[in-house]
Amino acid sequence: MDTIIRDLGLLINATLIATPPLLYAALGSCFSERSGVVNIGIEGMMSIGAFVGAVVALATGRPWFSFFCGGLAGAAFGLIHAIACVTYGADQTISGTAINFLAPGLAVFLCKAMFDNSSDTPPLDTASKLPKLFDGVFPAGSFMSNVFSTYAAAYLSFVVVAIVWFVFYKTRFGLRLRAVGEHPKACDTLGINVFRIRYICVILSGFLAGLGGAYVTLATVNQFRPVVIVGQGFIAIAAVIFGKFTPQGAMKACLLFGLCSGVKVLASAGNKVSPNLISMIPYVVTIIVLVLFVGHGRVPAANGKPYVKSK
Amino acid sequence: MNEKKSIWDSNAVYTFISIIFGFLVGAILLTAAGINAGEAYSKLVTGVFSKPKFIMWAIIYASPLILTGLSVAFSFRTGVFNIGAEGQFVMGSLAACVVGIKLSLPAPLHVLVCILAAMAAGAVWGAIVGLLKVKKGINEVLSYIMFNWIAFYFSNYVVNIPAIHREGGGEATRDIADTARILMPEAIRKATDCQSANWGILLAIIAAVIIWFLINKTTLGYQLRAVGFNRHAAEYGGINANRAMMTAMAISGAMAGLGGAVQLMGMSGRISQFASQEMFGFQGITVALIGASNPIGCIFAGLFYGAMKYGGSKLSLIKTPSEVVDIIMGTIILFIAVSHIFRKLLAGRKKGGN
Repeated sequence: MDTIIRDLGLLINATLIATPPLLYAALGSCFSERSGVVNIGIEGMMSIGAFVGAVVALATGRPWFSFFCGGLAGAAFGLIHAIACVTYGADQTISGTAINFLAPGLAVFLCKAMFDNSSDTPPLDTASKLPKLFDGVFPAGSFMSNVFSTYAAAYLSFVVVAIVWFVFYKTRFGLRLRAVGEHPKACDTLGINVFRIRYICVILSGFLAGLGGAYVTLATVNQFRPVVIVGQGFIAIAAVIFGKFTPQGAMKACLLFGLCSGVKVLASAGNKVSPNLISMIPYVVTIIVLVLFVGHGRVPAANGKPYVKSK
Repeated sequence: MNEKKSIWDSNAVYTFISIIFGFLVGAILLTAAGINAGEAYSKLVTGVFSKPKFIMWAIIYASPLILTGLSVAFSFRTGVFNIGAEGQFVMGSLAACVVGIKLSLPAPLHVLVCILAAMAAGAVWGAIVGLLKVKKGINEVLSYIMFNWIAFYFSNYVVNIPAIHREGGGEATRDIADTARILMPEAIRKATDCQSANWGILLAIIAAVIIWFLINKTTLGYQLRAVGFNRHAAEYGGINANRAMMTAMAISGAMAGLGGAVQLMGMSGRISQFASQEMFGFQGITVALIGASNPIGCIFAGLFYGAMKYGGSKLSLIKTPSEVVDIIMGTIILFIAVSHIFRKLLAGRKKGGN
């Protein structure tokens, strides 16, 4: 019994650590996609967030400030995406692909320029990392400690889900952003500034993706390396499609992916099943769930289409 | 409409302008980082062109990129975004590897069987996504991403199966049989001083010509383009859009799979365990964009990218981060994405002149 409770605690702990980067990025993706702008540059925005988060923490030793700066770095690339796609009506997929080359390239370039041609930053000391909640309140390794004493930013990500949900469904801005993603022309006729709403949403998507990236370097890993962001951005986008473009749906999908990496951590400790087969589970499960239960996902009607104001 | 076609109507001009902008942004960044941009760029050029060996290497780098570029370009032409070329590449490479290790056949036949296996594996990997889209309405971008990762871990799993894992150390498979390699004859490899010189480039060019022919000169190609332009209109015209789309996704997958085979049979000779995605599929997106989704354009775009990738690898010799290549490529795509704005501006000026 005790071992079951302990293992359960470890599983929850591993899930709590793996989910937040996906979740922050997925919430960002929700903003962008629902306003009608496809953003596959989430991956790149996470990379630059991860790098800037780590560098600011190395320079200032202030983890929350660094976390915020990581978000800002992502937002800067959100701005580039918005300028290209909203103002200049560029193909959104092409612009996103460009960002997936630019942002990670810039991150590693700057890293090498700053740290004597090394693609890794020096490791952060514990004080510069994001703090854990209730640190030292519960005995180390206990169930309570595993469940309630991980990084505060991990719990924060779930609070952000609630905030985003509230914004989407209970505020005028949320109503407008959803409307802009469905029928921009009608919104324009009603005097809603389509361009402004899309700008805000795409920049927010970059900001949240940047936070997700910064979480990885400031919490999970304690330095920036080129491989800290490998595919999480794409998984976050998948989670959003899986969750039918709602924040709560995206959260469930992210928890599924997080849980699977939790299972992976535990199972690979046992060394009985090939870790590669276990790693495959979340992706196979996603497909199976879609085939059996979800089926047709509805994409916001104006997604991917640049809005051109008629004269 | 009777006006003479001006050079400002041609895609190539905007691509060329975008490339100049790309290098400009790269130079600004290098200068900002305190690196002599002129020196870095001349290293990039001499690193590719100063010896026949280097040119050969750039071509070796380019061959799989031309093929993944073709894969993505073909999907673009039919209204699908194949972000799954990465996974199809991996599956193709894996299929060729297993066949290359396990079968013993005479040389030309072995090569043919490996290539067919790789193309079939890539095609199946792409067609499953098509099937999910057509039958269940599942968003193809989502399933492509899932299938990329399934291929990634599946490959890592297969690499570690004792029957094909190499003896002794190293997280890789055994080498494929010499009969399955597509290396150029010893004389050419000696002459160019490049042991990996291979026929991959020839396969890539043949594939590009076939795809060009398929798109522009066949009924199937016409149907696929029609579906890409306007699915509903195509259906109204009696084209089975679902079937056309699945065919397109399978052909696109086959091209990426062939790319995997070329990389394996030409260069590496074995598959190593992946630590992260190898990016051939994603770089193929760039090749397709620079090549303006034109199969022949993809040959030149692939050669350009291959040269940049190989030349970029030399930059570390002069303590310059090779990632400047990614930044240049990203900037080029970004400018290509907004290039229709230049086009409008220039068209406006022309009208004003009249």
